[in-house]
Amino acid sequence: MSTTAAALHDCRKTFAETLIELAEGDPRTVAVCNDSVGSSNLGEFQRRFPDRLVNVGIAEQLMVGAGAGLANGGRIPFVCAAAPFLTGRALEQIKADVAYSRTNVKLCAMSPGFAYGQLGPTHHGVEDFAWVRTLPEMVVLAPADPAETREALRWAHRYEGPVYLRIGRTKVPDLTPHVPFEAGRAALLREGGDVTLIGVGTTVSTVLAAAGELAAEGVEARVLNFSTVKPLDEEALLAAAGTGGIVTVEEANVHGGLGSAVAEFLAVRNPVPMRLLGVRDEFTPTGSPAFLSEYFGIDAGAVVRAARELAGAGRGAAA
Amino acid sequence: MALAPVPGATARLAAIRRELREAPPAERAARLRELAYAIRRSDLEMISRAGQGHIGGDYSAADIVTVLYFGVLDIRPEEPEWAERDRFVLSKGHAAGILYAALAHAGFFPQAELATFLEPLSPLNGHPNRRKVPGVETSTGPLGHGFPVAVGMAVAARLDGSGRRTYVLTGDGELQEGSNWEAAMSAAQQRLGRLTVIVDRNRFQQGAATEDTSGLDPLDARWASFGFEVRTLDGHDHEALHQALNGERAVDERPLCLIADTVKGKGVSFIEDRVEWHHKVPTADQTAAAFKELTSR
Repeated sequence: MSTTAAALHDCRKTFAETLIELAEGDPRTVAVCNDSVGSSNLGEFQRRFPDRLVNVGIAEQLMVGAGAGLANGGRIPFVCAAAPFLTGRALEQIKADVAYSRTNVKLCAMSPGFAYGQLGPTHHGVEDFAWVRTLPEMVVLAPADPAETREALRWAHRYEGPVYLRIGRTKVPDLTPHVPFEAGRAALLREGGDVTLIGVGTTVSTVLAAAGELAAEGVEARVLNFSTVKPLDEEALLAAAGTGGIVTVEEANVHGGLGSAVAEFLAVRNPVPMRLLGVRDEFTPTGSPAFLSEYFGIDAGAVVRAARELAGAGRGAAA
Repeated sequence: MALAPVPGATARLAAIRRELREAPPAERAARLRELAYAIRRSDLEMISRAGQGHIGGDYSAADIVTVLYFGVLDIRPEEPEWAERDRFVLSKGHAAGILYAALAHAGFFPQAELATFLEPLSPLNGHPNRRKVPGVETSTGPLGHGFPVAVGMAVAARLDGSGRRTYVLTGDGELQEGSNWEAAMSAAQQRLGRLTVIVDRNRFQQGAATEDTSGLDPLDARWASFGFEVRTLDGHDHEALHQALNGERAVDERPLCLIADTVKGKGVSFIEDRVEWHHKVPTADQTAAAFKELTSR
């Protein structure tokens, strides 16, 4: 696909640069981590702001709790850890200390989805959307490229309240066109009326590529970047319901993930044919991120096949 | 409905704290005892009216909580979020009743509001909610949460170069939660000398004695081995609590652990030291008898 020619980026680099910029501009900014200075890319932050890097050791419950305590003291903590451990290990702290207490904590879930592909399902962060989006007060963000990562972090810093941010490690291209990030708003990246493709994080460039393939066969696909998983952009979904159907594509479990969120809303408000692409009810096998994307059918080819079905059905119904 | 502070409460509480500091020890202890038993009586009324509550753990913690609110914490009931306030975290959130009673007596909200304890939609629910109850620093209920949050509070104070102090009260059974030991390791590593952990050592958890469940002894040695300065004291000795909690501590010192030996249900003879009173509710007759005991003491 065309993405092979484009320069690819690790969003953790932008994350680290932006966090330093936020720390320079606002002394309240602190980072909290679980021995993940390296994997969270906090080395430079630590060098620049040694006092404001709180490394609690391999202790995720403490990490999230201490983040809440720092927020109580007027700090803006960015709590950084690999997605599966941040959410799975400290979910009750995220619920009670962050969401229920509504503390100003920014949970930075590093290397989510299949990023640690070869390390196996213990290290895959695919349940996080399901877990955190059920928590009231929580904003859930998953930026798709470096520019959006920067804007999402700046927004999270400005916003007073709990935020969960997925920071990708799997390399992604710069999105074209660039639509400025706005929390709670899905970005329309491509207009089309036959079918709607919804991507989030790493899958946004995938669905854009799929839309290009579909156009070559005469199917006009609308493409939405759903970088805010919660709150949902209901307006964008109601508009998408007017197309032949909706394909959601996520590097996450479809049971409870973005696909579920979209389906929950539309099933009540405006039922529409859907295909939910993502991890199904099975533990992810070992393999590279690319292998896992193909295995679970969230690669461009699988998106094209799902979209074709819906576009064909939509045309049939309309005829 | 939001809880509003009692006008003049900040000055009144500061005056009590100052008077206690300046009073001769015997007089100070008598005054704190009087306050603690008034707070216990409020708690008894709340639990009796609601038909629910955790009277055993409330009463083991009552003297500690009273000494903190009236004799230790630099707080302003009329400005509950004053930045330089001392922090207190009730990690054993099921003792919400005694906390609410203390907050009301301190003037964070009127004592009349205590009558809504556990009522539908009351801010005074079964475990403290930071967003609904002024003076509550973090929502607790699930065990093992308060101490990690307190570590973050103490780090924030140090980053601010502030002398404000952080106190956390944990149950003893609660120490079976591993998150506490994550926090203990880090607190010592970070030399959080202005952080004090108080363990309400009543030796019971919900269903049995701690030592018959997953034993904690030797508890002092365990805390010491984690790098804490450890002191054991009688958790119902108001003067001892007042002294220990007001002790001056240097910033770079070790964090302090006070193991407060307590009696579950302390203050009412037929409730004391009986595991079933973890969350048993007194009958009308028992309430009357308990009230009498709490008044005569």
